[in-house]
Amino acid sequence: MTPDLECTDLTRRFGETLAVDDVSFSVPAGSFFSILGPSGCGKTTIMRMIAGFLEPTSGDIQIKGRSVLDVPPNKRPVNMVFQHLALFPMMNVEANIGYGLRRAGMAKPEISRKVDEVLERIGLPGVGKRKVDELSGGQRQRIAIARCMVLEPDVLLLDEPLGALDLKLRERMKIELKALQAEFDTTFVYITHDQSEALVMSDRIAVMNKGKFEQVGTGQDLYFRPQTPFVASFVGDSNRWRGTVERTSGSTVELRTETGLTMRAAAKSPQAKGATVDIFVRPEAIRLAHDDADLAQFDNRIFGRVSSLLFNGAASRILVESYESGGEVEVTLPQSGEFSDLKRGVPVHIGWTAENANCFAAGEG
Amino acid sequence: MAASARLGFILLLLPLLLWLTLLIIIPHIDMLLLSLRERVGVGEYQTSIANYATIATEPLYMRTFMRTAVMSVLATAITLLIAFPVSYYIAKMVRGRARSALFLLCLIPFWVSELVRTFGWMILLRETGVISQFLQWTGIVSGPVEMLYNDAAIMVGLVYTSMLFMVVPLVTTLDSLDDAVIEAGYDLGGSGWSVMREIVIPHAVPGIVSGCIVVFMLSLGNYLTPTMLGGKDSLWFTEMIYSQFIVRFNWELGAAFGFMLLFLSSFIIWIVLRLTGQTLERTMG
Amino acid sequence: MIPTIPTPRALTVIWTSYVVLFFVYLTLPLAVVAVFAFNDSQFPSLPWQGFTLDWFFGSAAPKIGVFHEQAILGAIGTSAFVGVCVAALSVAVGTSNAFLFNRYKFRGRGLLYILMLLPLVVPGIVLGISILVFSSTMANQLWDVAKIDSAFLRPGLGLVILGQFSFITTIATLVISARLQKFDTSLEEAALNLGASRLTAVRTITIPFLMPAIVGAAVVAFLMSFENFNTTLMLVGSDAPLTIAMFDRLKEGSTPLLNAVSLLLMLGSFVLALILIAFQKRS
Repeated sequence: MTPDLECTDLTRRFGETLAVDDVSFSVPAGSFFSILGPSGCGKTTIMRMIAGFLEPTSGDIQIKGRSVLDVPPNKRPVNMVFQHLALFPMMNVEANIGYGLRRAGMAKPEISRKVDEVLERIGLPGVGKRKVDELSGGQRQRIAIARCMVLEPDVLLLDEPLGALDLKLRERMKIELKALQAEFDTTFVYITHDQSEALVMSDRIAVMNKGKFEQVGTGQDLYFRPQTPFVASFVGDSNRWRGTVERTSGSTVELRTETGLTMRAAAKSPQAKGATVDIFVRPEAIRLAHDDADLAQFDNRIFGRVSSLLFNGAASRILVESYESGGEVEVTLPQSGEFSDLKRGVPVHIGWTAENANCFAAGEG
Repeated sequence: MAASARLGFILLLLPLLLWLTLLIIIPHIDMLLLSLRERVGVGEYQTSIANYATIATEPLYMRTFMRTAVMSVLATAITLLIAFPVSYYIAKMVRGRARSALFLLCLIPFWVSELVRTFGWMILLRETGVISQFLQWTGIVSGPVEMLYNDAAIMVGLVYTSMLFMVVPLVTTLDSLDDAVIEAGYDLGGSGWSVMREIVIPHAVPGIVSGCIVVFMLSLGNYLTPTMLGGKDSLWFTEMIYSQFIVRFNWELGAAFGFMLLFLSSFIIWIVLRLTGQTLERTMG
Repeated sequence: MIPTIPTPRALTVIWTSYVVLFFVYLTLPLAVVAVFAFNDSQFPSLPWQGFTLDWFFGSAAPKIGVFHEQAILGAIGTSAFVGVCVAALSVAVGTSNAFLFNRYKFRGRGLLYILMLLPLVVPGIVLGISILVFSSTMANQLWDVAKIDSAFLRPGLGLVILGQFSFITTIATLVISARLQKFDTSLEEAALNLGASRLTAVRTITIPFLMPAIVGAAVVAFLMSFENFNTTLMLVGSDAPLTIAMFDRLKEGSTPLLNAVSLLLMLGSFVLALILIAFQKRS
């Protein structure tokens, strides 16, 4: 089956700077694809090239197997939800949603039937006569999506549309957006710098940095099996150390960090003895115990004292300082209540497996 | 604290009230009263609408009045048509330094007095003027052409003189239209013309209204341009006010003229505001 | 249509040429005025008789230059005097108005605001005659009642200043209000919190913040006064400001002297505009 959207060797330069550097990807029909990256990584440039507001320097964009490079933005079978939504303030909700249909030359009764239908589908029946500035942030969001979906585009582009919302609403809209995508069964391409938006909603995510895709995969892939140090540090939180390889056996290496910790880790690329590496270990991948015997199955075990308590509800952590080397490790506090009376200075044991310690050659990312 | 706040309020209110009552409200009331006064003998007056009756029955007065109104509306429309593409170009099609440079360039001609601008057009348009000489030199015409002293010359002058007051509000409102909104119009299938008609122009309405009001008012109340560029029989209503006040010394009739001019400009402004659903505070303030 | 949307090349070319033509239209009258100031001829028209500076510096008839023409120099002085008075008055009242409308909510505020805007939509000549009518009514009353001859109520510079002030104040109010609206009142509260009295807080915090707008309003007021014609025409007495003096000469027939004066006016405005821009940039 042809993918809904396929970009091949897409490149865009602005003068000397390479905003998008030879990016290729394809998005299968009906899936939710996200491009995740820090601001300035080039994700907006990709999106604007797909929408037709920027011409690629080289490369091709195909929608349903047909190149759209020569198609002006108003003729492309893609629609876009803009960062600040760009709802037309001079029109009411109905006129906003009907705008594209009017452009397509649809008859008036047909338009109003379609508008009512889409308002029903997004759960806002009866708001057609309202002005757009009378709606709440979440409602405006849905109107902006409805305005595009009523045209039944092959691909819907979303340019950080949740950025302007407050935190609570954003959490709710994530779930709603995912539901809307399932409801309309349309291919969504979503760009964001917020990893949680990408992780919650997407079928597949591309992590982008400095104009290139670092890794494309499911949320689990990115989280548990990062392929580059940038992905390891950008997606989720990590303890990050620099260290030196002391011994290798297969893909497992033994190393010593600059802070003096020794550990076994999984090398993502072959590392020779003496190589300098970066090691990433997620705080939530580390088990906490009162007794070393409980940690027998872990490759890496440390005995230390609690040097700091970082209480933050469900995301609470502690810092553990190793008695042996003085190096510090950030550990997520289990929510079972077992450690709810932990205090500063209390001795604890911590452990994690080699697979959960991702090791990359130093200096990248 | 409350007492001193009250004192502060009164001190700030006082200049405003003095200004508005002594220089705006009372003078206009006084002018209205004067226009309603008829001289019946030496130093003897009575209240009547005789002055207005004179205006209504004298064809020259009425014709001049209507002519001034129609030509001012026309000048406003032409100014809008000329200014809109330029304002759009400045607000949306150029960026950065070029943009501010063009905008400044629009303003510069208006830092010199209207008299100088009118003088410039006289040098250009008259029989011995630059354009006439140029046309003769190119061989398009064989003898001198007089382009001054007619209604077209008045129109050129009026449009020129009012241009700034159309361009500035237009650029300001067009500038406030987010590019993303225009892009959204295209993205949803709009063409250049439909985006212009359904998105850009509706957005620019406050600027269009404010520009039109000022340009209309300035054209209606213009004295210099019709006097200097117009012909012998192309009278302007302001010229009649001037002649009644300064030449004939018939202040009663002159005041009536003044009031009619004020009434006309207020009436048309009111109509425009009503039709477009705008308010004076929003368009002027 | 906007740079990010592909536009037919022809449309862009036509549009750009139109804008170029527009600017030709804007600058042409001023350019000819400036050029003919240097024509060595009795009339500001072609043919070109050669370059001369006589219309600036000439001292012998028939070519008496601007700098030897007492009447014109006097008129420039009069205009400058009127301009400074109008600028000072309208900025003072404008600042007061801005504070009033920005800081106080009171009954009749909306009505007063509309009244404040009205001078902008009253034709200048009507403003002029209404003030002329009212001031003569007052003068006549004073004479009838108290036999006082009040020269200041008769056409003259006093009335010219009041007449121009009556509508320029609206503009000054709008310019200063616009900036005052952007002022974060918590700055004033911080000053009070640090021990300033209310007046001191306004003087040391708010007024400096408003300064660019105040200077801008003053320059605009001065220029508007300097080039005002309609209102001035109805109120002028024996001392004619420059625009009226030039108008009287123009009616008698133009000489390049008027071009020379005009060119000087352009330069003056240009310098003022530069000063204004420099000032705005600095603050």
